[in-house]
Amino acid sequence: MSEGVRISNLKIIRDGKTIIPNLSMQIERGKIVGLLGPSGSGKTTIMRSIVGVQAIQTGTITVLGLSAGSKDLRTRIGYFTQSASIYTDLTCLENLRYFAQILGQSEISVHEVLELVDLTKNQKQLASSLSGGERARLALATALLGRPELLILDEPTVGLDPVLRRDLWNLFHKLADQGKTLLISSHVMDEADRCDSLFLLREGRILASGTPHDLKADAHTGEMETVFISLVEKQ
Amino acid sequence: MSIRRIWGTARRILSQLRHDPRTIALMILAPCLLMTILKYVYQNQPQVFQHVAGALLGIFPMLVMFLITSVGTLRERTSGTLERLLILPITKLELILGYAKAFGIAALIQAVVVSSVALGPLGLKIAGSQIMLIVVAIFDALLGMSIGIFVSSFAKTEFQAVQFLPAILFPQLLLSGLLAPRESMPSILRVISDYLPLTYAVDATQRVISGQGSVARDFLLLTIFLFALLGAGALTLKRKTN
Repeated sequence: MSEGVRISNLKIIRDGKTIIPNLSMQIERGKIVGLLGPSGSGKTTIMRSIVGVQAIQTGTITVLGLSAGSKDLRTRIGYFTQSASIYTDLTCLENLRYFAQILGQSEISVHEVLELVDLTKNQKQLASSLSGGERARLALATALLGRPELLILDEPTVGLDPVLRRDLWNLFHKLADQGKTLLISSHVMDEADRCDSLFLLREGRILASGTPHDLKADAHTGEMETVFISLVEKQ
Repeated sequence: MSIRRIWGTARRILSQLRHDPRTIALMILAPCLLMTILKYVYQNQPQVFQHVAGALLGIFPMLVMFLITSVGTLRERTSGTLERLLILPITKLELILGYAKAFGIAALIQAVVVSSVALGPLGLKIAGSQIMLIVVAIFDALLGMSIGIFVSSFAKTEFQAVQFLPAILFPQLLLSGLLAPRESMPSILRVISDYLPLTYAVDATQRVISGQGSVARDFLLLTIFLFALLGAGALTLKRKTN
């Protein structure tokens, strides 16, 4: 089974407003898939649905062969939220130790993920005293604990310095090479080129999907930003 | 059910408290200060101090734990850490029991310090056992905690959560028999107070102080209230939200 995620006819209404009218998409295993679109396009809602924390109206979501939100998926998905859901009144180490305990992971894995996100030297620091980028990396480290098969990363590289951003993308590619599936959202179009395939999203609808190369070729341009604009204007 | 996850949660909450020494100081010193003030306010009516101070030993942990848990749980709900936790392999019950364990330990420390001050230098006399008084205080703290977790789901902001103290706990306090004996209340109020957990918390404390009567019935009812509220609290932790 090479399918990571399959969404069919997903519909989500929040407070009387239709967020996702009717969405279907598939994500292959072992790939880095980008979810690109402006803020408010439904990226986070789709990711929450895959993780199984979003109440949905209709539709089916299958994740790693199981229904989204299944108990058996809880150790197999790593989720990074935009708001960096960590305990700010704990140190980096205490945060990771707690999440590791819940996942049944060892102390070694705690230091392993600290190393991966380059926070080893900050491990004794309270999360409240970290910079925005460091907090995001700590939250990313909690998502990497237990080496999950599927990583759902909601704008993981926002506000990071370019060197670190490159390092993280290298890490994402390394994980994909190991067979992990990554769904990464971004509103920065220039991150698109680093993905294996893309979904361009606007107002809860998929404008287009494909490899970055094909999407640009179809629009006769070298810029993802231009691809997006031409797709919107064609509507 | 996993002891590791319950313990882990309790340890996490205690670490959060440890990083907040001011809260710890307030938790322990404020009740001692209030007891001392009470002692001198009733300098000429020592029997009133004897009556009120004992009951307050049970009430303080309840108030403090109510406030800490309602604000703390609300923070977990709004900061996204609760949602983050509930997609991991931890059950709602394990999470709630982790809370209970951590705040039970905090309540134990508070109860031991405050009752030592009251029974020692302040000269509070109780006819029953001192250990029982501390046990009652821990019961009360867990009761305050379970009410706190439960009502936090009805609050959207920390301002609202704090306002539940006068709205939920103070009416129970007025009806509990602490200020006026329940027998002297209008029958409708007395009937209402029969269904409020604080009534039995105060009753248990008064029995321990007077050394008269058994606390078994109070403990049984408090345990039922406690589990019902913890269950209701667990139900308010939602894995799926809009």
